[in-house]
Amino acid sequence: MTFLLETLAWLVDPANWVGSGGIPTRLAQHLLFTLVTLVVASVIAVPIGFLIGHTGRGRGLAVATSGAFRAIPTLGLLTLVALWVGIGLNAPYVALTILAIPPILAGAYTGFEAIDRKIVDAARAVGMSEAQIVLRVEVPLGLPLLIGGIRSAALQVVATATLAAYIADFGLGRYLFAGLRTRDYGEMLGGSILVILLAIVLEGAFALVQKLVVPRGVTAGLPTDIRDGSSRSRPVMEPTIEEGNSHVHST
Amino acid sequence: MTWIWSNLDLVWDRTFDHLVLSVPSIILSFLIALPFGWLAHRYRTSRAVILTTVGLLYAIPSLPLFIVLPFIVGTSIRSPLNLIIALTLYGVALMVRVVADGLGSVDRDVQQSATAVGFSGWTSFWQVELPLAGPVLLAGLRVVAVSTVSLATVGAVIGAQSLGSLFTDGFQRGIQAEIIAGIVATVLLALVLDALLVVIGRLLMPWTRPSAIGVTSRHDVVAREVTA
Amino acid sequence: MFTAHRGRLTLIGAVAVGAVVALAGCASGDPLAEPSSSAADSTIVVGSQAYYSNEIIAEIYSQALEAGGFTVDRQFQIGQREVYLPDIEAGKIDVFPEYTGSLLQALDKEAVGGTSDATYEELQAALPDNLRVLDKADASDQNSWTVTDAFASEYSLTDIASLTNVTEPITVGGNSELETRPYGPTALTEKYGIDIAGFVPVEDSGGPLTVKALVDGDIQLANIYTADPNIKTNNLVALSDPDGLFFADNVVPVVSQKIDDSAAAILNQVSAALTADTLVDLNAQSKNDQLSADKIATAWLTKEKLV
Repeated sequence: MTFLLETLAWLVDPANWVGSGGIPTRLAQHLLFTLVTLVVASVIAVPIGFLIGHTGRGRGLAVATSGAFRAIPTLGLLTLVALWVGIGLNAPYVALTILAIPPILAGAYTGFEAIDRKIVDAARAVGMSEAQIVLRVEVPLGLPLLIGGIRSAALQVVATATLAAYIADFGLGRYLFAGLRTRDYGEMLGGSILVILLAIVLEGAFALVQKLVVPRGVTAGLPTDIRDGSSRSRPVMEPTIEEGNSHVHST
Repeated sequence: MTWIWSNLDLVWDRTFDHLVLSVPSIILSFLIALPFGWLAHRYRTSRAVILTTVGLLYAIPSLPLFIVLPFIVGTSIRSPLNLIIALTLYGVALMVRVVADGLGSVDRDVQQSATAVGFSGWTSFWQVELPLAGPVLLAGLRVVAVSTVSLATVGAVIGAQSLGSLFTDGFQRGIQAEIIAGIVATVLLALVLDALLVVIGRLLMPWTRPSAIGVTSRHDVVAREVTA
Repeated sequence: MFTAHRGRLTLIGAVAVGAVVALAGCASGDPLAEPSSSAADSTIVVGSQAYYSNEIIAEIYSQALEAGGFTVDRQFQIGQREVYLPDIEAGKIDVFPEYTGSLLQALDKEAVGGTSDATYEELQAALPDNLRVLDKADASDQNSWTVTDAFASEYSLTDIASLTNVTEPITVGGNSELETRPYGPTALTEKYGIDIAGFVPVEDSGGPLTVKALVDGDIQLANIYTADPNIKTNNLVALSDPDGLFFADNVVPVVSQKIDDSAAAILNQVSAALTADTLVDLNAQSKNDQLSADKIATAWLTKEKLV
């Protein structure tokens, strides 16, 4: 258990809290990197996800591609892109953006799909254009699941961004690699604890946002509710599908 | 690309190393997640504790876990066992929630019917709830399989042989074909294991043939990756 | 209808447990044993660093030993010295290609080093009783402070001390552990008064990224191994080191007590044939011709008539 004491000693050592290699700087780098990656991945994935969710087309392709994307090892992508573009943050940005795309894409289109088709039909019946249906009905109602997707992407990016220090002087991963190479377990564990804390803080922030973006009157917007309340896993038993118990209530 | 043709045996060896790391981890995470998932499903208090714990577990970056684990369990840092334990922990972290949700998706009426016709809690679990939760469990296990295969590559950084070794070696020598071969082999391996799980699922749960459930089971995979 | 399912579930459980046991068995004879203890007593365990050039040498040792009738268990690519040294000291690895100076500094932080021979003698004294080094090779793969040809001519750089001529900020690049090594950036400042503007960790052991960063001007000074064929191919200059900041780093096999005289004789023959140019050439075959370590080793051993 001595390494736990070393970890504590490393964490409270004031020398580790100052300068360009200090904990505040590394934390800020890590957080900024995560946020930029999430924004870039969202800009790519969200429009595609909305399109799939709204039209219902290309879904099989999206599922298959996301599956293959998720299988791509980040370390491989990181080293490959690094050989192309050299040192710096470009390679980590490319590799981690690809990691973040599948959950965000899935969040975007499942958000649309979870909406009761009757509501969309009703919106069409009252004369809304397709654009209006997307912007005023589907996006707000699908938002909780989209945020859920971004939340899960954020968790993965925060944890995996540590690998970026394999090729760049960057982020909390630096403590892991420097600690590994010099067998300084206090530094390594201290760095890990900071990564975990950052992940927890982000989780909390996203959970809060997810609660806030549920439109008024939507009682079953959160992903767990959608699953628990759905009849999806039940066709097994040929249940009476309770359409009335739908995920979304119109206001 | 000449590298690949002259090093097929190396790629094959690393693929085998990779299987040794990932397959036991996938199976173990399923077996370990079952009781914990059941606990999380069954009791409200244990649900909060278990689901929060596995959530935190998943937030631990893989690299430090690979390094720290030998100190905790007393294995050699280079032992494949060390990596298998770490990968199993991540698999459990993903799978426990799935098991809890899967069991939760079983219709309450069905459970009550089972009790009414005389099933005990134990037999009802094995003969009614588990088979009915099967499609959800399978969907979760597929996600676990793919992410375990992908994650196992990280072990190369601490010297555990796997397809990830092709990344670190190719990176040092500046051979892009070696890294690409590693990526392709990893993705293929993940897809093969995924397909294998689908086949096993069909054999064990003949009532979930595509004609019967099709889109529905896919839907679950997607719903799960949002919350995974 | 559910009885059939129970049978299936029992089956899946049995298959699953069976597969776990089988695969864990593949991982090592006894899953709880250390990796090397499963090998038979007569087997020689040869290890290598996670460094392609070191792996080539380890492969040469392995093939030479196999040609001499020994059974070899290859445990290659096992990280940096910090990871594998405890395993060597514990006798879990029987033969490991090492570098005299770097190993000496890892064993004894107070080591003085010096010439190639002095370093070798000091290393022999510093090794624990259960380990010894065999003959050292002429080949060396030592750390160097390397700059581009253009940078060297602009500031008339010849040796490390002449880096004080440089008027622009110097950013240093190398593996992250370099930052705390006794010849690292801090030593440059303390010993020679060279201003170091920053340290950029590049985790490829002086590989393609380090070279690219140096050529692109992202870093001005890099830690590159002298046996790296990239020095020649990219017009780089390894600054000379008259003060012995870097210890001489001749290739030398570190061996356990399991290595008897006949095995030692085989390894000594290899070391005798391994010249400095040879090592650069072997490395070039790996990096430029993308040959695998076993092919490079076989070709060289055959050419030298060692197998």
